[in-house]
Order: sequence, then structure tokens, then C-alpha cells
Amino acid sequence: MNVSRRIVLHFPPNMTGQPVVCRLVKDFGLTFNIIRASVSPGQEGLLILELSGERKNYDKGIKYLTETGIEIQSLSQDVVRDEAKCTHCGACITICPTEAFALEPKTRKVLFDHNKCVVCGLCVKACPPRAMILYF
Amino acid sequence: MAKTIAEINEKIRKGKAVVVTAEEVIDIAKEKGIRKAAEEIDVVTTGTFSPMCGSGAFLNIGHSKPRIKLGGGKVYLNDVPVYTGIAAVDVFIGATALPDDDPRNKFYPGEFNYGGGSVIQELVAGKDIRLTAAAYGTDCYPRKKLETLINIRDINEAILFDVRNAYQNYNVAVNLSDKVRYTYMGVLKPNLGNANYCSAGQLSPLLNDPYYKTIGVGTKIFLGGGIGYVAWHGTQHNPTALRGDNGVPRRGAGTLAVIGDLKQMKPEWLVGTSMLGYGCTLTVGIGVPIPILSEEILRYTAVSDAGILAPVVDYSEAYPQREPDILGEVSYAELKSGHIKVQGKDVPTSSLSSYLKAVEIASILRKWIEKGEFLLTEPVAPLPGVESGISSKPLKERPIAE
Repeated sequence: MNVSRRIVLHFPPNMTGQPVVCRLVKDFGLTFNIIRASVSPGQEGLLILELSGERKNYDKGIKYLTETGIEIQSLSQDVVRDEAKCTHCGACITICPTEAFALEPKTRKVLFDHNKCVVCGLCVKACPPRAMILYF
Repeated sequence: MAKTIAEINEKIRKGKAVVVTAEEVIDIAKEKGIRKAAEEIDVVTTGTFSPMCGSGAFLNIGHSKPRIKLGGGKVYLNDVPVYTGIAAVDVFIGATALPDDDPRNKFYPGEFNYGGGSVIQELVAGKDIRLTAAAYGTDCYPRKKLETLINIRDINEAILFDVRNAYQNYNVAVNLSDKVRYTYMGVLKPNLGNANYCSAGQLSPLLNDPYYKTIGVGTKIFLGGGIGYVAWHGTQHNPTALRGDNGVPRRGAGTLAVIGDLKQMKPEWLVGTSMLGYGCTLTVGIGVPIPILSEEILRYTAVSDAGILAPVVDYSEAYPQREPDILGEVSYAELKSGHIKVQGKDVPTSSLSSYLKAVEIASILRKWIEKGEFLLTEPVAPLPGVESGISSKPLKERPIAE
């Protein structure tokens, strides 16, 4: 049975120099699609992947990732905006790794494109009026 | 063409005053010229909606039976501690107060989901608030414990009194270090990952009256969705800050202390706010009307984002260490384009101040004035200006001799 999941990988600084994704392919036969990457050697990194492969191999791959010290976050959740709480300040715009928030140029209204959201949750705590809600 | 506030008020009463927002006046001045625009326009309305930590409220909760002296005791509203070092049943709730059991930054970065600002918002929204108090007891105030629900409808006074609001210009915050910084200017990504700013720019009250020629003590304003007044200059008021040729400060400069009856304010304009890894605060809506008394005053209100510069400051080192270094200056037009250049790098920008809401505030104030519901006041004293020589001083630490 094949599985395909979206996951967020948080790299500790000592891991960013290592060929982690390469091993997922080579050792576990998984395929991947990088949705977003922000990884530089020696710094905390963030990688959002769509990871696919046979169930058994997928589980082995995830086990390998866990053992390296990388923090894995599943994306099988949902982020929504409480429209009554949002003040349209725009603090979320540069926080979102997938550019799901954008300003309507004329009105300066903050638009939230739910389709672009990969449910990493970074905006939830960074939102000053706490208008972004993470559903499990 | 000089007009007086009395003449403008006469037009407001008759429903004939010409009122435009500080955004609208920019194009009008360009189109018609300063002179004609100044003749036609009576009032320019400004607005800002930003986190403002210098906010809080005095509450008089009324006397219990038997009486309790909260003054000098310990009082909590929804578990948030309030200041009691005043009269028997008066308390002050500050925007940044945190529940005693909030973990703060022990689990870094702390979330700060609930604090004084949240209590003020719930109070204004008409929600019941849990008051718990412990006092020492006196002959005339014998009671030592009190636990009750209170509601803004029932308490005697609820007075919003913010000692520092509506900063005239502000820093643009960036992070030069290689790790995330959690600041009062929001989450700053490493290596110039983003730049956060916090001003309504061309709509901001004091940026439209850079020398405080019309805004003074006693100026009637839009405050938190209701009516308020400028009470004084705000703390850290710094009129001698560096200014551009147009008179507009290029650094954080003037501030306002404002006051108003909390009972007539609205929760959508006083919003409890949480800054990750930093703390709690209150986002406050303020709108100030500027009477167009002369061409000079209209020229000031016609300032646009392109003519307002702000300093870019590193919040990983320069700000915490109180170093004066800045990384350059950018205009609000550049900031609002979504990207600025810092040290040759293209840096995406975010705002903590809601321009959409600032426009809404300026428009509401315009409507109030157009309908004749809101008359302008004559300031009873000016705010200290450049000539005062006042500048915000840093703390000089001195050892305490034993």
C-alpha cells in the first residue's frame, strides 16, 4: 500500500549540513516533493515535504528522521482564520513560509489563501490578536 | 484664509463642514493645490490601530458590605493582577499585566495568550469579570477577602488612561543574527528574514501634525471606538528627534497620553494582544481630527508615505544593547511595497499596525463630524514642541551606597 503525506521537518542547527532527503530516497525508496525549504548549514532549518512511498518504507523513513533528531510535524490538520478576531495588521505575512497571506494593495486588507496553507502552524502563535486557529 | 476652531465648529453644527481623511487629502492637495485645498477643507481626520503597551484603565468597583480596603492589598481580575496602591476601591489594570501562573518565557518562546489587555477587552465587551481580593483589614474596612463577579455596567467608573499612545513614527525592526528573535515588534526571522514596522504612516495622527500646532492637551479624539481626550504629552515624548525638511520626524518622536470613559468604548477597537516570546498588550484605535486653520496646517496633513522616513534597527544586538546604530532609513511607501533593501538584501516587510483599521477609524471620525455629532475642542495647553528642548533620556545607572 502506498502513502503520501505532507510533513514539516524542523532541523536543529547541527543537522542542516546533512543529506537527509537524499537518504530517504536512496535507503527507503521514497519520493518527495519539496513544498518549501529554508535550510542553511549551521542554522535552524525548516523543510516542508510531500513524502510518498510504500507504507512500510514510509514508516522506516519517518523512524530514520526521528532518530536523527529532526522534529517532525504532520500536516493532517487545518488552520482557519477567525474573521471577527483578525485586525488585518499583517504580522502573519512574512511569517508564513508558503505565502498564504497577502495584502490587497488598495485596501491593505490581509487575504488568507487557504489553498496555499500547508498547516505548519507558524502563524498561530505569531498572530498578535490570536485570530489563527489550528484544528486537530 | 485663517479659520478658527469656533468657525469650524459653527460649520460642523450646520452640517456644512468639509471633512476628509488624511489619506484623501493627499490627492486633493495635489489636484487643487495647497491654497485652494486649505480654503475648502475644514477638518482632516487621522487614524491608527496598533499595539500600545502604555495603556490601562482605572476602575472604581464600588464598596462591598461590609467594606474592604483593596488599597495596599492584592487584587486579581480574571487572575490578572491589578495595581492597588491607590484609594480603597480603585484599581488600575495595565495592558501588559500577566497572571501569576503564566509561565512567561520559561518555555521559550512564551505564548502570553491572556493578560491585562485581554481583561480590558472583555470588560469593554460587557463580559462578567472575576474579581478576587485579599486585604489586611482595618477598623473602618474590616473585610479581608472578596470574591465576586463584576461588570462594566455596574461599577462606578471605568476610565481608560493610556500614558503613552500614538507614537509619532517608529523603528523598523530587523534581525541580523542567525536565530529567530521574539520581540515586541513581532517574530523576527534570522539573517534579515523580515522587517516589521508599526505606524499608519500618512494616516497616523502625530505624523499629520508634526509640530503639534493643533493637537494639544484637551483635544477631543476617537478613542477605542468612543470619545476620548488628549490628557498630556505621552511618556518618552521626544519632540527634538531628528526631522526631515518637511518637519516630519525621522525617528520615534512625540507621544500622547489619552483618557476617556471606557463604558462608551467598543471591544473591536481595544483588542487584547499577544506578542510571542514578549508579552501581552492592548491594540488601541485612536483617531485625531486636525482643524485646517491655515495653509501651513493643510500642507502638514498632505504628507504621504513617500515623505515619511523610518530608521531600520537591528533587534538582535543594537536595540537590546541600547546602541544608537541604525542600518539606514526607508520610507513608508517602500515599507508598504512589501520589500525594502537592507545591507543590499531584499527584505520582505510586515506591519503590526493595521492600515485597514486606521482608514476605518479616520472614516468613522469623518462621519461623526459630518453629521454634527462631534465638535472640535480648543487645546487648553500645547504639547511640548521642538522649542521645549525636551528629549527622552536614557537611564543613567548609579550604584546604591550602603
